[in-house]
Amino acid sequence: MFQRREFLKAAGAGLMMSVLPNLSWALAPAGYKRLLVLVELKGGNDGLNTAVPYASADYYRLRPGIAIAREQVLQLNGEIGLHPSLAPLMPLWQDRQLALLQGVGYPDPNLSHFRSIEIWDTASASQQFLTEGWLTRLFREQPTPKHFAADGVVLSSQVLGPLDGGARAVVLSNPQDFARQAKLVADQQPGRAGSALEHILKVEGDIRQAAASLAPLPRTAPSEAPTAGPKPNGGFGVAVRTLTDTLARGVDIAVARITLTGFDTHGNQQPVQGRLLTELADGLAQLRAEMTRLGRWDDTLVLSYAEFGRRPRENGNRGTDHGTASVHFALGGRVNGGLYGKTPQLAGVSDGNLPHAIDFRQLYATAIDGWWGKDSHDVLGGRFAPLPLLRA
Amino acid sequence: MIKTIVLASALLGLPLTALADIGVDGARHLLLRTGFGANPAQIAALAPLSREAAVDRILAGVRNQPVTAPPGWANEPFERPGQPGLSEEQKKALQQERNQHAVELRSWWLTEMRDTPSPLTEKMTLFWHNHFVSALDKVRSPQMMYQQNLLLRHYALGDFGQLLHAVARDPAMMRYLDTANNRKEQPNENFAREVMELFTLGEGHYSEQDIREAARAFTGWGLDRDDQFIVRPRLRDTGEKTIFGQRGNFDGDDVIELLLQQPSTAVFVTNKLWRNFVSPTPDAATVNKLAADFRRGHYQLKPLMRAMLLTPQFWRSQGLLVKSPVELTVGTLVTFDLNPPDWRVIAGLNRQLGQDVFAPPNVKGWPGGEAWINSATLLSRKQFLDRVARDAAPARDAYAQADGSLNEMAGREARIRRFVSKGLSSMKLQPDEWAAIYGVKNGADAARLLLAVPPANPLPANASGAKAVAGLLLDPAYQVE
Repeated sequence: MFQRREFLKAAGAGLMMSVLPNLSWALAPAGYKRLLVLVELKGGNDGLNTAVPYASADYYRLRPGIAIAREQVLQLNGEIGLHPSLAPLMPLWQDRQLALLQGVGYPDPNLSHFRSIEIWDTASASQQFLTEGWLTRLFREQPTPKHFAADGVVLSSQVLGPLDGGARAVVLSNPQDFARQAKLVADQQPGRAGSALEHILKVEGDIRQAAASLAPLPRTAPSEAPTAGPKPNGGFGVAVRTLTDTLARGVDIAVARITLTGFDTHGNQQPVQGRLLTELADGLAQLRAEMTRLGRWDDTLVLSYAEFGRRPRENGNRGTDHGTASVHFALGGRVNGGLYGKTPQLAGVSDGNLPHAIDFRQLYATAIDGWWGKDSHDVLGGRFAPLPLLRA
Repeated sequence: MIKTIVLASALLGLPLTALADIGVDGARHLLLRTGFGANPAQIAALAPLSREAAVDRILAGVRNQPVTAPPGWANEPFERPGQPGLSEEQKKALQQERNQHAVELRSWWLTEMRDTPSPLTEKMTLFWHNHFVSALDKVRSPQMMYQQNLLLRHYALGDFGQLLHAVARDPAMMRYLDTANNRKEQPNENFAREVMELFTLGEGHYSEQDIREAARAFTGWGLDRDDQFIVRPRLRDTGEKTIFGQRGNFDGDDVIELLLQQPSTAVFVTNKLWRNFVSPTPDAATVNKLAADFRRGHYQLKPLMRAMLLTPQFWRSQGLLVKSPVELTVGTLVTFDLNPPDWRVIAGLNRQLGQDVFAPPNVKGWPGGEAWINSATLLSRKQFLDRVARDAAPARDAYAQADGSLNEMAGREARIRRFVSKGLSSMKLQPDEWAAIYGVKNGADAARLLLAVPPANPLPANASGAKAVAGLLLDPAYQVE
């Protein structure tokens, strides 16, 4: 079986782990120089119509109105294929730089958008209430170098998510605007303050530090524009372009989070999801092209996430209601492409929800231990097994 | 005189503070929390009153209709999102018209927020807009959003139970949360889930089973050809449902009554009001008492707000809330008597700052509080204030006299001359005129009128009122209320 082959292959990479149990492979020395890009699919993307189990009669039984027709699916093996809008990702798949993580979720899932994304952003257990983002905890315990412009940048969203609660985070819409406006932030001594004022003073401090790094580079000729290629379509592509422009300036950050909104498809799902997945796939292909041009694709790991997947059975409005586990993407120059986790088992499903095969905290452990060579134990409140997703 | 008051309060058993006037600080605080900004003239009117008298004056003036004339299209039949058989050109024209209507809709409400004689009404309407959320991008009809806005205003300080029933049948809401197509056999759970999680009970006070059963109860509710509420018996699931342990052939209204019977509904709503009007950290004992009275009093909002505004915690809460973008922008216009040349500028700025009215980010609305401020929004806020205050540079301090006071008469005359020559359209603050008209003699006066807490950056020594304004607007303390 495909899955088993993947596993055996991954076990080869895992050998090093058994020799050096805590050093997390040869990746460790680069640390936060390696970039993590988190892609939030806001609203809860429908995993079954993303990685389509097209060989399953149960899939077509549960979704008479919204199933992706077998002949449209981009077949990956005898069971699973991609939504046709994801065609721009096929070169990555063929180059084995795209991994599909099937059945990502957590025990005792919560179906509220707001509570569930809080669980993902704080890396808490279902019944545990934490106030800080998981990256905020990581960067407090194991800080990024002082010269970094920020711990992370946030694009296409005003919500800091995993960077909430104290990380040095900068919301980036346009680097030039940012540098110009930052002059309005006067130097002052952060001192006495109520909580609201204290927060404002802290943000002013973050701005001062980031502004120094994000100041526009003097350009000698227009041909030295940081990013080549045609203008991107859609907000996601623009955000990718802003990120790569920023990195092209030599700005150091550990994390970028980009949000793509609109996946809460209770009605008329097909055209909406198709458009969003097109935007996603185009933007990710563009990210790969730009990072390759900057010589940093091998130091880039992209992970997608969302609050939940959706119900296997469609509702009465050609849409889907909130569900549980879903498929997610991992891609990058060092990603070990292929299928991970478990293909959804739909036999016998009527109104139920899918169990998870991969705990989302395993992905975080993969990023912290495997990608950055840091220790995830305290950040995640326990030991979660990293996935064999990365090549040295 | 003072002796008499102390004696009277001792005799009547009243705390002394009940008789003391709220002063400039108290008046500014009450005005900012129950409205948008505070003009020195408004402050002066409330400052001599006691807490009770000031709160009662604000509540006595509460309206439930807007004073601003609506856009011309507002009462036309609802626009249909998907008309069949249109050419590409017609589709484009229709889209342009819809965008134009959306702009006019926002301008209308922002104007009302600035001009209303009842700012608390608009503050509450905005609160309900952020509680019973709908958004233009999904509803797609500016008329529906306008009608919903009138509905929220009508009940803004009225009966929460009636408001809840009305919202559930509101066409914009039915479209936004998919109630309009909820039918038996294949219920759509969207409304059933959000009415429990976000409108009434709050997370943790219901089960997934309650949601599924409630979704069945709302089946059959729909919109007719004219987008008006209708019950379609053939699409109704008439079977027995079990919700919160009670069994019956419930319909949508029954579910809402069941929700109103749950004690957590009153606590949830009271907590949210507290976080919006008092502080981000509700005092559990006080909230529970207010909520119990709220439920016993059949969900009347005006007495609840009165009681909340008269708690000692409210009067100690200066500076604990971050100004929302609308509070910052509209509030600054009110504070300095400014009239924007084009409301689209303010609407666009609010969007940039994260509070585009009629377009909350999702059904939970704007999270508010510290989330309003990040590196991008703080810079945009300061840029706006910098532009407003640009004329507040020291050189503009043209009406200062040798002793540091201001020539009020000259300032007033200059302002009148400018009004006559340019109309009431200036967005530029004239700090010297503002200071002159309102008798703002020095920096400390200006700080008391403009800030809820002392400035983070110390005022320059001996600054006149006019000179201090620009610095106070860019001070981090201006971001809180």
